[in-house]
Amino acid sequence: MTAGGPPPAPPIPRELRAFVRDKRVRDLFWQAAVIAALVALTVFFVRNASQNMVQAGLASGFDFLWRTSGIDVPFVLTNYTPSDNILSLLWVGVVNTLLVTVVAIAAATLIGFVIGIARLSTNWLLSSLAGAYVEFVRNIPLLFFVLFWYFGVIAALPGPRQSIGLFGVAFLNNRGLTIPVAKDTAGLLAALAVLVACIALQALLAFWARRRQERTGRAFPVWTAGIVLVGVLPIMAFVAATLMAEWDVPVLRGFNYRGGFVLIPEFVALFLALTTYTAGFIAEIVRGGILAVARGQIEAAKSLGLTPGQTLRLVTIPQALRVMIPPLTSQYLNVLKNSSFGAAIAYPDLVSLFMGSALNNTGQAIEIIAITLAIYLAVGLAVSAFMNWYNARVALVLR
Amino acid sequence: MTRLERAATFVRKRLFGSVLDGIITVLCAALVVRLAVPVLNWLVLDATWTGTTRADCTGSGACWVFIRARFGQFMYGLYPTPERWRADVAGLLLVGAIALLAWRGLPGRRFVGAAAALVLPPLGIWLLAGGLGLAPVETRDWGGLMLTVFISVYAALIAVPLGVVLALGRQSRLPAIRLISVVFIEFWRGVPIIAVIFLASLLLPLILPQGTGIDRLARAVIGLGLVIAAYMAEAVRGGLQAIPQGQTEAATALGLRYWPATAFIVLPQALRIALPAMTNEFIALIKNTSLVLIVSIFDLLGIAQASLADPAWVGMSMEAYAFAGALYWIACFALSRWSRRTEARQAARGFV
Repeated sequence: MTAGGPPPAPPIPRELRAFVRDKRVRDLFWQAAVIAALVALTVFFVRNASQNMVQAGLASGFDFLWRTSGIDVPFVLTNYTPSDNILSLLWVGVVNTLLVTVVAIAAATLIGFVIGIARLSTNWLLSSLAGAYVEFVRNIPLLFFVLFWYFGVIAALPGPRQSIGLFGVAFLNNRGLTIPVAKDTAGLLAALAVLVACIALQALLAFWARRRQERTGRAFPVWTAGIVLVGVLPIMAFVAATLMAEWDVPVLRGFNYRGGFVLIPEFVALFLALTTYTAGFIAEIVRGGILAVARGQIEAAKSLGLTPGQTLRLVTIPQALRVMIPPLTSQYLNVLKNSSFGAAIAYPDLVSLFMGSALNNTGQAIEIIAITLAIYLAVGLAVSAFMNWYNARVALVLR
Repeated sequence: MTRLERAATFVRKRLFGSVLDGIITVLCAALVVRLAVPVLNWLVLDATWTGTTRADCTGSGACWVFIRARFGQFMYGLYPTPERWRADVAGLLLVGAIALLAWRGLPGRRFVGAAAALVLPPLGIWLLAGGLGLAPVETRDWGGLMLTVFISVYAALIAVPLGVVLALGRQSRLPAIRLISVVFIEFWRGVPIIAVIFLASLLLPLILPQGTGIDRLARAVIGLGLVIAAYMAEAVRGGLQAIPQGQTEAATALGLRYWPATAFIVLPQALRIALPAMTNEFIALIKNTSLVLIVSIFDLLGIAQASLADPAWVGMSMEAYAFAGALYWIACFALSRWSRRTEARQAARGFV
């Protein structure tokens, strides 16, 4: 070591220094680095997966969808039989998931609104009761409700011979809820058509009324018309259809009910669990939405001489709705996702039928998981897109 | 006004303000009496508290003997009895660390916190799983309340750092990083947690090199951690968005680069604001731990459910559910109250 220290480093050219310090270059470099790391990780996972699958002798590809499923499903709304292919089984799961989701959303919204408004009541006892319900429900796992309703309540119901009758046409027992079904659906479909037509008519009427009011200042009783058009007429149509249709009403024969349609205990329990649980969350959203309407708005409406009904219709509800829609959307999507809790009590929903039974039969984990998740994501994205569109429509327009 | 007068005013105004109000009050009171009396009778008055077997339960009320007989299982699952002290020690360490860090006057609070975050997680796993001088206990024997706490804490240990990184990524200037974060967050938020637990238990062993042999419980914790991370990220994003742009600009003007500015200026403020929202996500996590039931791991609710299969204790479902439900309720209610108080305190101090 005779040399005096290392030779001086050659000076870094100015252009290179400028290049390395250029913000755009640095940005590109970091993004490329993150993407490269992700790609490397993905390649690592995929290679392991293909090696592991070869080792375990697992098949891949989507051919299995056309194989006979052979899986017996206790609750089918489509015309599926075990000799159909696995794609039909997937469809059964989707339908069952959507069925319980839609019914639970409707019931939870209704109960949630009632409880949320009750919580704002000036009556101390009523608001405390509603508050107690909300605090009770929100701090307990949903799985608790699912197990409780299924094993604790439905399983403890009496047998068919001591069924709990609902209006003499539906019967609740430990084998589920037997409901009457219409033998011919033509009348009911006609009533449904009436409902759709009435809604379209009401939309047109509202559009025309608003145009006229903007032009001439003359108001049209849109709400009264709406109650008649969307409320009274369709109800009359449905009542008429119900009375005219021939119904298959369940009757007790021996040890069980004959006729009607049986909603299996798993469905009833999952429905009750989703409803009771979600209603607590919707109640909070409703309360928050109504409280978010500034007091001055209501006072201003009063001083303009609006009646309490008009204030509610024209001032409170439109503004509260605007606040409520984003959280309500995410709550509805939660119900969709939470319907998979049915897997815990073997309700044949998408997860338990497809990710459970079909996966056990075929062993094609990757394909099945990908399909299942894709369906949830697709429905979720569709609902969010619709709600975003609606939200943009009711959003505050600043003039 | 005397107390009596105040009470009279309250009754007149808040209970019997009008005829309709009066009817509502009477109906509600009837409902309360119809519901509360049988429930109270079942829970307390007619319940059996002492004894050892099913035969001791003769009353019409709850049979708390069942809970007493199974208390060990509800707390520790099938964890071997002579080793249960280890779970107790781990729990005490957790509670002690939280209590210590909750004390604002603690000298060097930041360093104690960092040290606890580094040392305690591996220590907890060592205590529970054994090895290195302790008798090993397989995770299949873990269960009950201990497992609920374990899963919640360790999934949160994955979710919070990952959530912070994802939230920063979503707010990033760089489009590729923003896109990756958004896709990651929206993917995990869009799928059911049950499906994720299934997915983790089936796919993790498949995508790791052969012979890795990842533990069943670890898979569930990783799955839960990933989902909750996406939700945490949204909670943190709320906090990040509440920080005025001027803070970052001031930090840049002082010569701080992105990471120092983020770590010392933005995140401390953002996390403080996001704390209530993050607590709510943690509550959701506690409630969702019970889903591991689906892959045959039995936490508090799972053990309660499994205990119903015991032929010596037929028909005890209500007791088991009431006990497990009460524990969940107390934990979640306390946390949500704490989160609400934090929020109110922040609002009073002028944050948000």
